[in-house]
Amino acid sequence: MSAITDERRPDDASAPDDFPPSGGGEGRDALLQMNNPHRARAIKDVVARVVMWTCFFLAIVPLVWILWTVISKGIHLLGEMQWWTGNQRNINSDDAGGGARHAIEGTLQMVAVTAVIAVPIGIFTAVYLVEYGRGKLAKAISFTVDILSGVPSIVAALFIYAVWVTTFGLSRSGFAAALALVLLMIPVVVRSTEEMLKLVPNELREAAYALGVPKWVTVVKVVLRTAFSGIITGVLLGVARVMGETAPLLILAPYTKNFQRDLFAGNFPTLPMMINQDRGDFALATAAERMWAAALTLIILVLLLNIIGRVIAYFGSVKK
Amino acid sequence: MAKRIDVTDLNVYYGAFKAVEGVSMTVEPRSVTALIGPSGCGKSTVLRTLNRMHEVIAGGRVEGKVMLDDQDLYAASMDPVTVRRTIGMVFQRPNPFPTMSIYDNVAAGLRPNGVKNKKTLDGIVESSLKGANLWTEVKDRLSKPGAGLSGGQQQRLCIARAIAVQPQVLLMDEPCSALDPISTLAIEDLINELKSDFTIVIVTHNMQQAARVSDRTAFFNLKATGEPGRLVEIDDTTRIFNNPSEQSTEDYISGRFG
Repeated sequence: MSAITDERRPDDASAPDDFPPSGGGEGRDALLQMNNPHRARAIKDVVARVVMWTCFFLAIVPLVWILWTVISKGIHLLGEMQWWTGNQRNINSDDAGGGARHAIEGTLQMVAVTAVIAVPIGIFTAVYLVEYGRGKLAKAISFTVDILSGVPSIVAALFIYAVWVTTFGLSRSGFAAALALVLLMIPVVVRSTEEMLKLVPNELREAAYALGVPKWVTVVKVVLRTAFSGIITGVLLGVARVMGETAPLLILAPYTKNFQRDLFAGNFPTLPMMINQDRGDFALATAAERMWAAALTLIILVLLLNIIGRVIAYFGSVKK
Repeated sequence: MAKRIDVTDLNVYYGAFKAVEGVSMTVEPRSVTALIGPSGCGKSTVLRTLNRMHEVIAGGRVEGKVMLDDQDLYAASMDPVTVRRTIGMVFQRPNPFPTMSIYDNVAAGLRPNGVKNKKTLDGIVESSLKGANLWTEVKDRLSKPGAGLSGGQQQRLCIARAIAVQPQVLLMDEPCSALDPISTLAIEDLINELKSDFTIVIVTHNMQQAARVSDRTAFFNLKATGEPGRLVEIDDTTRIFNNPSEQSTEDYISGRFG
């Protein structure tokens, strides 16, 4: 029922179907008595505004709260040079400070290896699905990616454990954890790349075909090039997703307080595991502070990667 | 350089739907052939079968024969990529590659086909842009994005890009329908110049345009929506517009339907 109808027949009691369902008969009667559709619209507008702002604040409160807690409790250690240069060797739970460089390097190294494996697989899968895939195989792959994106990280970790450790008899290591992270990252990269490739107008593909450009060159030079900045964003989403993953590390990459640059060593330092380590001694103020500082460091790393990615995307984007 | 196209008993399908039925026609070399007809009569579809662009669409299928001089374009041994190199195409909406500069847009079809030498490329880019009457407007900003040009300039850029690969035939699918009258005039002048080197087939909704630019005109029509489109007649443009053999052509030309 439109407002125009209401205006033409202001006394028609059957008209105001679209009045706000504000409570029972009394409120409705009161609105009817106003006989003013503009007023009704204004009320709806206010209600919608209040609901939206409330939801917005509900969503933003935890975010601000987390940031405030982490920053206020962790910023202190980040100001010390040692945090960025040292490791945790010979630092007991009740000792203050120490370094996080081992964990920062470990996390970056592990995520880099994860990305090197997952990004090509993810992008090639997306290219297949969008540019080449027809029929049952494409549907099956798409379905598999859907399932993979729903796999809990602990299941991915246990799967790699079953393959890597139980079946092949290899030892737990940073690399094994990276493999579990690959499983978690691939669906994110596939889905986001797929969406970006679908956004590339078909006209551009046809323009290239009409010039006698082979299909694979068209995909590389035109489609992927046009979708470049979007693909970078998708890769970053994937990186952000796996950087803070803890379950695969708990199962596959035991923590060490020392520097460890060999991904195949039995123990491997990472920021989430450092957080977990200090969480174990949370009662000690020294450990708690270290935990918050490590958490803040992790957040900063993700933020930095995002900024770098945005810069790359900006310079690679389509310009007018 | 320019070649003749012979189409025999062409049926074109989208999946199970037969879009065009029984088209037989000849496109003369170094001339402009216009395809006209009401919407949905299959003229664009026929155009796209001439360089095997139709099969790019999912479910697109073609029956019948298309000969370029003595080569069968739909022979099993024929590579569609080679066909499209020989028969270029300009689309309805200007579609320069948005990530590429003006220069790279023109060179887009050359580099993947083995032309890498900088000097050769420079020469072809310049001659193609001159051929498309765009050179004087863009010669100082070849490294600027092609998408920054005006609509008419973009369309001429697309024509430059198409003629850069030196095709035998140039197909144009309503090349002026997204352009203003001034740009349209520029493109029409260009078509007149290009026909001394290329065989041109142009689809247009604008009958005045068909009358202005073409030497021969093919009129397509369909009995009803859902029915396949057919070629009603093809003849010299003056004859089609002044004294067509078919009643439905005359009705369409004189604006009685369509």
